[in-house]
Amino acid sequence: MPDGQTNSHAPVLCAERISKSFGPVPVLFSITMDIRAGEVHALIGENGAGKSTFMKILSGLYPPSSGRILLDGVETTLPADGQAESLGIVLIHQELNLAEQMTVEENIFLGRELTKNGVLQRQAMHDSVASLLAEVGLDISPTDRISDLAIAQKQMVEVVKAISRDARVLIMDEPTAVLTEAETQLFFRQIEKLKARGVAIVFVSHKLAEVKQIADRVTVLRDGQWIDTKAAETLTPDTMAQMMVGRELSDLYPPMHEADVDAPHVLQVTGLCAGIVQDMSFDLRKGEILGFAGLIGAGRSTVFEAICGLEPVESGEIRVDGHPVKFQSVADARALGIAYLTKDRKEKGLLLGQKMRPNLTLFALPNFVKNHWLDTKAEDAALTRAIRRFDIRARDPQTLVGNMSGGNQQKLLLAKIMETDPRIVIIDEPTRGIDVGTKQQIYHFIAALAAEGVSVVVISSEMPELIGISHRVIVMREGQITGTLTGDDITETNIMRYAAGLKAKPEHEGQG
Amino acid sequence: MSAVTTDYEKTAKRLSFDLKTAGPAVALVILCVIGFLLNPAFLSEGNITNLLTRSAFIGIIAVGATFVITAGGIDLSVGSMAAAIAGVMIITMNAAIDTMGSGVATVLLGCGVSILLGIGAGWVNGALTTKGKIEAFIVTLGTMGIYRSLVTYFADGGTLSLNFDIRGTYRPVYYDSFLGLPIPVWVFIVVAILGWLLLNRTAFGRYCTAIGSNEAVAKYSAIKVDRIKTMTYVIQGFCVSLATIIYVPRLGSASSSTGVLWELEAIAAVIIGGTVLKGGYGRIGGTILGALILTTIGNILNFTDMISNYLNGTMQGLIIIVAVFLQRGDWGKSRKSED
Repeated sequence: MPDGQTNSHAPVLCAERISKSFGPVPVLFSITMDIRAGEVHALIGENGAGKSTFMKILSGLYPPSSGRILLDGVETTLPADGQAESLGIVLIHQELNLAEQMTVEENIFLGRELTKNGVLQRQAMHDSVASLLAEVGLDISPTDRISDLAIAQKQMVEVVKAISRDARVLIMDEPTAVLTEAETQLFFRQIEKLKARGVAIVFVSHKLAEVKQIADRVTVLRDGQWIDTKAAETLTPDTMAQMMVGRELSDLYPPMHEADVDAPHVLQVTGLCAGIVQDMSFDLRKGEILGFAGLIGAGRSTVFEAICGLEPVESGEIRVDGHPVKFQSVADARALGIAYLTKDRKEKGLLLGQKMRPNLTLFALPNFVKNHWLDTKAEDAALTRAIRRFDIRARDPQTLVGNMSGGNQQKLLLAKIMETDPRIVIIDEPTRGIDVGTKQQIYHFIAALAAEGVSVVVISSEMPELIGISHRVIVMREGQITGTLTGDDITETNIMRYAAGLKAKPEHEGQG
Repeated sequence: MSAVTTDYEKTAKRLSFDLKTAGPAVALVILCVIGFLLNPAFLSEGNITNLLTRSAFIGIIAVGATFVITAGGIDLSVGSMAAAIAGVMIITMNAAIDTMGSGVATVLLGCGVSILLGIGAGWVNGALTTKGKIEAFIVTLGTMGIYRSLVTYFADGGTLSLNFDIRGTYRPVYYDSFLGLPIPVWVFIVVAILGWLLLNRTAFGRYCTAIGSNEAVAKYSAIKVDRIKTMTYVIQGFCVSLATIIYVPRLGSASSSTGVLWELEAIAAVIIGGTVLKGGYGRIGGTILGALILTTIGNILNFTDMISNYLNGTMQGLIIIVAVFLQRGDWGKSRKSED
């Protein structure tokens, strides 16, 4: 809210009719946006809408093809390669730029250490950092090592580093993507303090509820075009989503087919212990979509990495189709038709430096071997099929996977896992960092799989999607199951209560 | 069947002709032209055969190194391994004379010993790297020292010489020709073709590339990472044993100076050929060309007085640096983005 400061309506940074082309390909068309001191201005749009390119132009990393940038009302050519920081414009990337083994104060003063006759003024730097941390309400010591901090704290260190360089415009690319709900709230409280100091904040996020909560104004981009800029209080997450995709999203989630309660159990887990996971017992029926909810670090991924042979199982029994199994490797799990799709598609899912074909067939490669030789024709055919089936959009098949958008990478990863025709699919964070349109496609795909009789486990930190597609939701907390929800009991409130430990493990069906 | 796929690959290569993939071939052609201009005898049949034969040792070892490097590893021990294997081969064959005589059987025994030792030594490198979880650089730096000192110990600081009679039996393996090409060149050709097929046409080769690109992705894609990585070192060891088998009859001896710096020459051949040192992209064809380029430089220097033969290392070093600089392939782009 404008707090009556005199400068709160003056735009600090103003982009006028910015267009950008890469070679012959236009990606931004005449975008106008102004950023005022002391406001949080959210920038939203689907993947590929041009948000990243626009942010890079705002911070000087790319020059615009046409249009003007005004800084304090004066036309400016922003210097390239991060030198815009000297003008007070700082871009904070999703991948943080901190030296992990150095302390908070060393990081904050990195590259412009205070010295006297060539000797570091350690005390002065320490005091300066301590007062900055106190100012934003960050409860860490200047001498803490970055590697010991939580992600939210690291993010705030980046922000403090920017402030210490007198940043007036902070541009943040999905700062909350990796934060838990609690961390996000802490982060937002600190953002409020920055606003009060008169810092202008550009905030990019796919989490529309958060945008509603924190932003003062919202600018929507679609297909490289400016759609609208509106005060956040006039918008709801639904209207924002509609502006982003340009159509009604009533069919975001597919119609729910009733789960067949008499279907045979395909996976039964009893008393599983692995790492943080303690005494897990659950089962999965044929054709069921089973959601796994919980806070980050609750051990949801560990359960399934242990089941698939990626993590050691300490004790407990796993039965597939009623037969006890113990997988030593992912290959053993694959042989019985179990596939695990990692949430970390860039580090564990796809070979970013390779093309689509080797990525697609890597998991199912034994299926593409004919008389000891790789059957490249069959691989090509598989790629053509996958591109059609999963609607993967890439410029051409020779594109490196690392250059594809997050949504298309996710669809390729899904296609890769499905090449083995698994009977049990475990999808960890199916829609992390992808746009609404692709989310919708993935939800419909999951529903179609279940209708065909494939059993699907969906691990997700986004409650709406668990509620939208799951037949049953298991909530975990600190390595244990705290609740199981079915039917109309699957609500955000119930999930949150179990996830936060507010509700004890119920003996019978828990009522809200 | 494989002939069809090879043709297909050739056309595909011709279509995507660019400096990055054609670089080593262009460099070799340029070197040959220079060689010919300096002295026409460079392209004489005798010199070409000599050049190919000398390339065979490093070339065969470098084919193995291509697998190790593509899968994200490195093997520094190959030169010492060759020396140690040569030493044990000679000791074994000399000792077998009394019981088996100096005929083909003894030579075959020596070759068998060589292959077993090569595979064993490669397996040790691989197991220490994967099961022992020690970095490949450290493991092979260690085994490099061990193998080198072992050959010195076996030779008691001097030279191990092969019995004169066995030398007569074994000699043709290095000195004889088949269809106009020396035996070592045939071995080189066969190893190169098998290596190319293994890397480009089998699941194993694809797995090596995947592991070198990103081990975590490989693991999550149901690839037995440890087994594949160990296999690359075993292949490397096998290649070293083959190179040793054709090397021993050349001099009929082994000493602490046998195979010195072969590991660096092999790695250089791999890198000049376009394989990426940090893994994830390997080219057997490039490796072959890399080995030929290295040998050709030395050969040209022998033919001319313009540059001292002692500067052989300098020329090789320059070629390696220039090759890698050109292969980076982004030197044009980085300039553009700075504008």
